[in-house]
Amino acid sequence: MDAAQALADLTEISSQIESAALFGEDGEVGASTFADEERAQAFARAARELLDAAAGLRSSASPNQVEIATAEGSVFVVRDDGRLIAATTTPEPTVGLVFYDLKSCLRAAAVGDEELTPKPKRRAAKKDGDDA
Amino acid sequence: MRRLFGLAALVGFALAVASFVRRGAGRRRERVDLYYDDGSMVSLPDGSPESERLLSLGRDALRAARA
Repeated sequence: MDAAQALADLTEISSQIESAALFGEDGEVGASTFADEERAQAFARAARELLDAAAGLRSSASPNQVEIATAEGSVFVVRDDGRLIAATTTPEPTVGLVFYDLKSCLRAAAVGDEELTPKPKRRAAKKDGDDA
Repeated sequence: MRRLFGLAALVGFALAVASFVRRGAGRRRERVDLYYDDGSMVSLPDGSPESERLLSLGRDALRAARA
């Protein structure tokens, strides 16, 4: 499953999620639910800034999940193995469920990426006596 | 006349209570929760500078998404 399909499944499963973007540590957006790329980049940048600010609060560790809840809605950011997903939801979402769905989406996108990446061909094992 | 003043005071008090309750409820809806790899969770205290900063960044992200 590719990243776009994982996001499409996410928004279909969770009615609370309004928009979401998958991006890398470098901020490059892999896929998003936004119609235009510029908005997806701006959202990913804002989410990244949010995570960086949260990371600065504890010197020993940085959070891998963040939820900012406001009266207008919530913003979620999840990081896993160098990949990030950020999403906005309606006000007062079911937090545990949203985190679960976001992590599932991140994992599905990661599996898709691995399937798309060509694996290096295994070299044939040397037969006994080849060295001689 | 005294009855009218009493009624006005009662209405004023009711409005003040409603406003206080509404503001309190709005405040509770604003929250910053951070989850760490080791399973710990930190909920930043209301009104703290860290919480206000992250709430402001969260609103920016919401604006960026809904623009």
